Amino acid sequence: MAGGSMAPTPLLKDELDIVIPTIRNLDFLEMWRPFFQPYHLIIVQDGDPSKIIKVPEGFDYELYNRNDINRILGPKASCISFKDSACRCFGYMVSKKKYIYTIDDDCFVAKDPSGKDINALEQHIKNLLCPSTPHFFNTLYDPYREGADFVRGYPFSMREGAPTAVSHGLWLNIPDYDAPTQLVKPRERNTRYVDAVMTIPKGTLFPMCGMNLAFDRELIGPAMYFGLMGDGQPIGRYDDMWAGWCTKVICDHLGLGIKTGLPYIWHSKASNPFVNLKKEYKGIYWQEEIIPFFQSATLPKDCTSVQQCYIELSKQVKDKLSKVDPYFTKLADAMVTWIEAWDELNPTGEGLTKLSISNGPAK
Amino acid sequence: MRTDPPSLLSLAIDSALLHISSFSDLSFLPEHILLDLFLRTLRAGKLNEKILKLFIATGKEEILSLIDAFNIQCVLTPVLPTISVKDDEVDIVIAAIQPDLTSFLEEWRAVFSRFHLIIIKDPDHKEELKIPGGFNYDTYTKADIQRIIGTSNAVTFSGFSCRYFGYLLSKKKYIISIDDDCFPAKDNEGNQVDAISQHINNLSTPATPFFFNTLYDPFRKGADFVRGYPFSLRSGVSCALSCGLCLNLADLDAPTQALKPALRNTRYVDAVLTVPARAMMPLSGINVAFDRELVGPALLPSFRLAKEGKFRWETVEDIWTGMCVKVVCDHMGYGVKTGLPYVWRKERGDAVESLKKEWEGVKLMEEVVPFFQSMRLSPAANTAEDCVVEIAAAVKEQLGRIDPVFTRAADSMVEWVKLWKTVTTQT
Repeated sequence: MAGGSMAPTPLLKDELDIVIPTIRNLDFLEMWRPFFQPYHLIIVQDGDPSKIIKVPEGFDYELYNRNDINRILGPKASCISFKDSACRCFGYMVSKKKYIYTIDDDCFVAKDPSGKDINALEQHIKNLLCPSTPHFFNTLYDPYREGADFVRGYPFSMREGAPTAVSHGLWLNIPDYDAPTQLVKPRERNTRYVDAVMTIPKGTLFPMCGMNLAFDRELIGPAMYFGLMGDGQPIGRYDDMWAGWCTKVICDHLGLGIKTGLPYIWHSKASNPFVNLKKEYKGIYWQEEIIPFFQSATLPKDCTSVQQCYIELSKQVKDKLSKVDPYFTKLADAMVTWIEAWDELNPTGEGLTKLSISNGPAK
Repeated sequence: MRTDPPSLLSLAIDSALLHISSFSDLSFLPEHILLDLFLRTLRAGKLNEKILKLFIATGKEEILSLIDAFNIQCVLTPVLPTISVKDDEVDIVIAAIQPDLTSFLEEWRAVFSRFHLIIIKDPDHKEELKIPGGFNYDTYTKADIQRIIGTSNAVTFSGFSCRYFGYLLSKKKYIISIDDDCFPAKDNEGNQVDAISQHINNLSTPATPFFFNTLYDPFRKGADFVRGYPFSLRSGVSCALSCGLCLNLADLDAPTQALKPALRNTRYVDAVLTVPARAMMPLSGINVAFDRELVGPALLPSFRLAKEGKFRWETVEDIWTGMCVKVVCDHMGYGVKTGLPYVWRKERGDAVESLKKEWEGVKLMEEVVPFFQSMRLSPAANTAEDCVVEIAAAVKEQLGRIDPVFTRAADSMVEWVKLWKTVTTQT
């Protein structure tokens, strides 16, 4: 039975890092101060490392620019994008916390229909702390929300749900449209507040937007690689999409859930649709091949960790998508580099055990 | 070429024409000036939809007849194909579980009166039906049921299942069915929800089952497909089923409602979304609509619990039906939508009493859901009828030994398809 918890949402201030990619400035943090100040920020500075990014007073943060990334990862830094917000995934890698919340620097606090400011972070935490229901669709959406429950016909054996790995938030004002849609509807604004959180069913893919995203780093972190985008790459604005598709396939395989819906943030800046079109152009064609690839991707039973799943996926990417464009060979290699870098920066007990076994006698 | 200098009035009208797009109201203008302005707008090639609406809004007769005479039409530039559904393509099927439908129909009058109603009286009731005047309807009682289908045992039309008789007889493309204890709901702005037009809208716009759109229904006004949604999937597929929701008394099962007797659904979620392909969901028969031409035979009255009763807590027939329909839709490439419209469901019955009487349904779901989740139809199944027959065979084979209710259901489904074919081929 779903219990609507009346207890206040825990802050989790020592268990959550906020990762923010930026190339300009962090003025937007002033608006978020009441909600973000208790948390540690990881700022990933893209672009010119000699530029000084000023962080507003009173925030506890660590900042990494390109020089830092190169220094920390050495040759493996090649997997981290340059001149693209995809570089944010470096922040996921260096974090030591259980949860990550990532937000774009043009996203502000939105208001709910009653006019109250929305504490997006609190809602994400709520979403992550309570289960998902990927195995059977609940027509009343999130059954664990106060005022809701499982509907008639929902088997009791499925009511415990699955652990939630990702919480995907939405955006009011400027919606996350691709360039062609932006060009056709330059004035469309998202004004509809849909008061729901729901689990994306197992076996269904979705376009994951990185503007307002939270996830359980311990459950799914290594899958959140945002790919090779930006400078020197043939494609842009598909970083979060790529991470989302990989993440969904792995979550489905490992029995984890992904939620979408609340919270909303206010997206203030519409990027230039012509610039976007140039970046997305190849992606728009490639996604016609990429989607069927992910829809039919299966992972073998012996892939029981996220890293194993991810490495396996990278092999399949190299195998099946290289014929679309040699970019995918590079990407598949970068996916492996990413996992190597992740494991280096995040050695687990398992990893240490493996090391000691490999030093022992050969089988 | 004019030899006289333009009058002050003429100059004023010209100036108005120059700034016509900044006006929000033209009704203050005297008619003759309005007319002149309209003609000059036309000549200047400045008449667009917004400005046309301004002129129409003045309500002035000469303007309106001019628009008529010129045959100027407000052309909607659709982002999607605008399919207009005619009233005579719709049947509203009502299962009269309670014989007095007066308050139900009065509340829905504004919305229902345009359409043809098929009212089926629950054969278990002896009293006469009470129906207020002013509606276009046909009623059917136990006698009619027996006359048309004989005394077939496997398919029974009592209780909530009497509505399926209406589905069987209807000749329309769209069927909408709402339980007789439900009334129009109000949306977040306090406006009354026209559930019928929302269902029609859901059924006549495409569904998107192959990829999840995070902004929900991309065909709704003010929404679209998001970045990352493959273009080849953006035309969508036909929507065969529209599942609405309930405010106040949500469609919870008896144990849940009994545990939380005060729980009421007050959350109006302003979304319609497509249930993804291969994802199963529990259909609530309380507020449902479907395309009879696409999936008619798959909405079937076959899953009767041994102690099925007159409250929704004592049934799961719609849950079963919904999963059959979803399997059929997934196989045939149709879509299923869920969400709006909401209806307001009145308090009725006692969850604890229902639970005491009938709890088998809850237990049986444990078998039913996994069965449908793994159900795959053969490529030979080309029609909804074929699909139902295949599902029935699988039910008998895989679930028959678990509980006799499944064998009965399988037999009933086969009978139903036969009945469907017979009745629909008779003109």
